[in-house]
Amino acid sequence: MVLIRHELRQGRASFVIWTTAVAMLLAVCIFIFPQMQDGMEGMSEMFASMGGFTEAFGMDRINFGTFIGFYAVECGNILGLGGALYAALFSVGALAKEEQGHTAEFLLAHPLSRGRVAAEKLAAVMIGVLTFNICVYVVAIVSTILCGEKVPFKEITLLHFAYLLMQLEIAGICFGISAFMRRGTAGVGLGAAILMYFFNLIANLSKSAEFLRYITPFAYADGADIVSLKKLDVGLICLGMIYAVLGIAAAFTKYRRKDII
Amino acid sequence: MVSGLTKSYGKARGIDGLTLRVGEGEFFGFIGPNGAGKSTTIRTLIGLIKADAGKVEIFGKDIQTENRKILEETGYLPSEAIFYPGMKVGEVIELSAKLRGKDCKGEAEELCGRLELDRGKKVRELSFGNRKKLGIVCALQHSPRLCILDEPTSGLDPLMQREFFGILREKNAAGMTIFLSSHILTEVQQYCSRAAVIREGKIIACDSVEALADTKAKRVHVRGNINIAGLCGVKDICKGQRELSFLYSGRMGELLTVLSGQEVEDLSISEPDLEEIFMHYYKETV
Repeated sequence: MVLIRHELRQGRASFVIWTTAVAMLLAVCIFIFPQMQDGMEGMSEMFASMGGFTEAFGMDRINFGTFIGFYAVECGNILGLGGALYAALFSVGALAKEEQGHTAEFLLAHPLSRGRVAAEKLAAVMIGVLTFNICVYVVAIVSTILCGEKVPFKEITLLHFAYLLMQLEIAGICFGISAFMRRGTAGVGLGAAILMYFFNLIANLSKSAEFLRYITPFAYADGADIVSLKKLDVGLICLGMIYAVLGIAAAFTKYRRKDII
Repeated sequence: MVSGLTKSYGKARGIDGLTLRVGEGEFFGFIGPNGAGKSTTIRTLIGLIKADAGKVEIFGKDIQTENRKILEETGYLPSEAIFYPGMKVGEVIELSAKLRGKDCKGEAEELCGRLELDRGKKVRELSFGNRKKLGIVCALQHSPRLCILDEPTSGLDPLMQREFFGILREKNAAGMTIFLSSHILTEVQQYCSRAAVIREGKIIACDSVEALADTKAKRVHVRGNINIAGLCGVKDICKGQRELSFLYSGRMGELLTVLSGQEVEDLSISEPDLEEIFMHYYKETV
């Protein structure tokens, strides 16, 4: 528990900045919806007939003129990408930052097994991601109520739950990467998250690239699918959780044997 | 006890078949030039790196299988004492104690007082010397049975070095085993009872400090019109235009007699540095 608290304290500034930024962007997006709604009918049709762009962002499956349609696309992109970047950054540095910052010698001179260090750091990452999502969810619900919209609880909760799972998967994979790295982790984490995001866009655009849906966690967190089907793709989620577990297992295996130079 | 310890980093040499035994309660010096393998040995001792071959046993326990139990009774000061920059000194000390599951407030307080370490300062504001002091407090506050110190005095001013060695002597007298890695021969000579010399990853000498330091060699620099032909015990002669430098292991009286009959403008006689001793006295043992 000591190390979990220490990790959370170390990541406090980053947590506050990312949570505030994503929650505020989300709130701003929600608050501008009523003003956009009047002119939305024409825009909805326009967005629905933009070919590849429409398919990439799922606007062929939802009505952009409704609150939940707007939320799934606009807010989904903010939370989807913002949350993925936060989860990737937080987890990809979890183990490697000790070597990068040369604090590993201090930390590992204490009577802690490598397994315990990895477990507590992983727990801190998961707590951080979970807290981030709770804060953003609360801000989203409060903002929706404040802007006078009826809260579509089921859809919003499903969306946010999918984003949480997606971030946990990315965190698990990046945690695995972290054990193999000594420095330059931020670039790798951000790169991995953005790559996954683009995989989903490509999978939405091209039938021949549909296999990418089995690789990227953004596939099961696709707002258009969740809102239109009102359910999550359990198969893809299970596959994603397997990737996360593999990433975590790789982290523990590598970190237990790793030379700290 | 270390036996046959070997570690290499790809093609780069680390340590090679290193064997060493340190008794409980000893003040043991581990000396060698930079890159000799001191830090690699120490990192293997505390389990930061895994040896390719050989075995490390501390308190009769294997470092690979009982690392946690060994570290409970061990303090370690790395050569580059680096901590989390956003934390305060007091927070780092408290974190270290909590990670050991011990209440070390009293001991930490005393060590901070003796080392004049301000607990309210942020780590990022600390000089190298003050970071070293913080490392010393973290390594000693839990009163370990064994303390491994890698280049502990670099960055400490002479007064603080004296205080630090005073603390170590007290701890050693109370039963703590001290393993001190250094490239400063004088501090090993002054405080350690036994020492090992490492060079190019191998132990080339391991004996009591008196026996190791029995080279009696001095570095002599003379300016003037000098001729030392016929003087015995002279090695490593470097000649300048009106300058001469050499290692001298003969009788001092003979040297002064030879020089007194010549035109000496300046003379300095100093302890040779450790590198010179390795180069000129241990060469044949490798």
